[in-house]
Amino acid sequence: MNYTDMTIHELHDRLRAGEVTSVELTRAHLERIEATDGAINAYITVCPDEALAAAAAADARIAEGRADLLTGIPIALKDIFLTEGVRTTCASKILDNFVAPYDGTAVARLKERGAVILGKLNMDEFAMGSSNENSAFGAVKNPWNLRTVPGGSSGGSAAAVAASQAVATLGTDTGGSIRQPASHCGVVGLKPTYGRVSRYGVIAYASSLDQVGPLTRDVEDCAIMLQAVAGFDGADSTSVDVPVPDYRATLRDGIAGLKIGLPKEYFIEGLDPEVKKAVETAIAVCRNLGAEVVEVSLPHTDYALACYYLVATAEASSNLARYDGVRYGVRSEENKGLIDMYSRSRAEGFGAEVKRRIMLGTYALSSGYYDAYYLKAQKVRTLIRRDFLDAFAQVDLLLTPVAPTAAFPIGEKTADPLQMYLSDIFTIPVNLAGTCALSLPCGFTAEGLPIGLQLIGKPFDEATLLQAGYAFEQATEWHKAKAKI
Amino acid sequence: MKITRPEVEHVARLARLALDDGEFDALTGEMDAILGYVAKLEELDTDGIVPTSHAVPMENAFRDDLVKPSIGTGTALRNAPEAADGCFRVPRVIE
Repeated sequence: MNYTDMTIHELHDRLRAGEVTSVELTRAHLERIEATDGAINAYITVCPDEALAAAAAADARIAEGRADLLTGIPIALKDIFLTEGVRTTCASKILDNFVAPYDGTAVARLKERGAVILGKLNMDEFAMGSSNENSAFGAVKNPWNLRTVPGGSSGGSAAAVAASQAVATLGTDTGGSIRQPASHCGVVGLKPTYGRVSRYGVIAYASSLDQVGPLTRDVEDCAIMLQAVAGFDGADSTSVDVPVPDYRATLRDGIAGLKIGLPKEYFIEGLDPEVKKAVETAIAVCRNLGAEVVEVSLPHTDYALACYYLVATAEASSNLARYDGVRYGVRSEENKGLIDMYSRSRAEGFGAEVKRRIMLGTYALSSGYYDAYYLKAQKVRTLIRRDFLDAFAQVDLLLTPVAPTAAFPIGEKTADPLQMYLSDIFTIPVNLAGTCALSLPCGFTAEGLPIGLQLIGKPFDEATLLQAGYAFEQATEWHKAKAKI
Repeated sequence: MKITRPEVEHVARLARLALDDGEFDALTGEMDAILGYVAKLEELDTDGIVPTSHAVPMENAFRDDLVKPSIGTGTALRNAPEAADGCFRVPRVIE
């Protein structure tokens, strides 16, 4: 087996045994990126010098017997994470020349453990999109079929893992941006509970929904990555000071005896028949492993998308006000004074989808419309959150599809924003409720495109999610399939 | 119609976006369609429902008022489109 196809835990054993060095692993990944990224376009910035220096330091640390699970492992980051001294663009023209002055908390925690950062990954501009077609640096292609999208907004993070260009990656998830691309690219993706991972040094889209999480080859790697980045951070006042359990300690506890709810509102018309069949097969696997499966109801599901597109755009319009051509980013050359400079810099720097969301959010917050749109959406958010808390009074986990279809062809939905938004109907409610969810490979379409299964957990109960996901993975082979690229 | 072109132009001024004619035309149709869709929230009775601004209930996060190192003027100005005398330089403010 190739070193670029292995998991973190497999590589850790080989690094410790001296079978391979981190410098060798890092070189192998850099060569793989060089060979495949012309076709995939997963990377915006590759950092060979920094990566090889970090790999050499990791090899020294391993030789001293001080290796952490992540020491020497080549990983990559969505280009939304600030990385000291490295260009950080958020896939926007407006940040084309921005070099981050410090490391965000999640990045600093990965570096402390000795992880090797290969580079910065492509994404939808400012994390706004479901297909990775909204990048100022070009669309990312799905490694399973180059004519289809990898999903978004963390499309580069998912494609890089699927194409063996990184062992694991970090993404962010505001309405499905980790889980939906993980599903479309056949990898594992976790959106932790809001507040579980610090957002310090992560470029903000919608601050009450954004959350950092890993994309990996298997559930055990997902547990390792979450362990590294989870936990309270004084620099993020919304990170929550609750204990972080040892996720690997309970990983093998099995799914038997767990009660799984199937929300009836998620098994609807419009769900692709192949996706439906794969998820039904997955339900049977869970039953055979001893889980109890019951139907539950999340009655306000149908309102989640409308709620999200008011809450998220309102927060985005406020967050993105900072890009004004003064402190960082691109400034319009021509202008007639300060206000005109702001307006031209923003119009020239932002892409179409970002402008659309800023406009919608500004409208929803503007005088005369605030109560009808933003406040109304916040109240509906309460109803959606209650749906989940009520369901979790009856069951340990919820099981649903990740997306209504497998990956769609590039260009298919770009003309109709609402159709694109509907790609996220099964993932968005989780962000509104603020809880955690895992996306796992559970099958393929007849055309050979991956299908994903979503497990949704109670707030701060990522451990049960990973435990159930691990049991499912051990009983199936889907995560072992490799894209031929 | 949920939104008209003059309203879209007003919102663009609020958002500090110097959009062109083609963008105004496209956005008027797109925002109208999206606002038409989100109007479904009106079906729900939300009287007496407390709005959720954060999914995880939290109180104000206080910390001790300690002086800590910051990135400093030089680093802070490194990404500035224009800087002078340790400050961000901007076009004329008072016209």
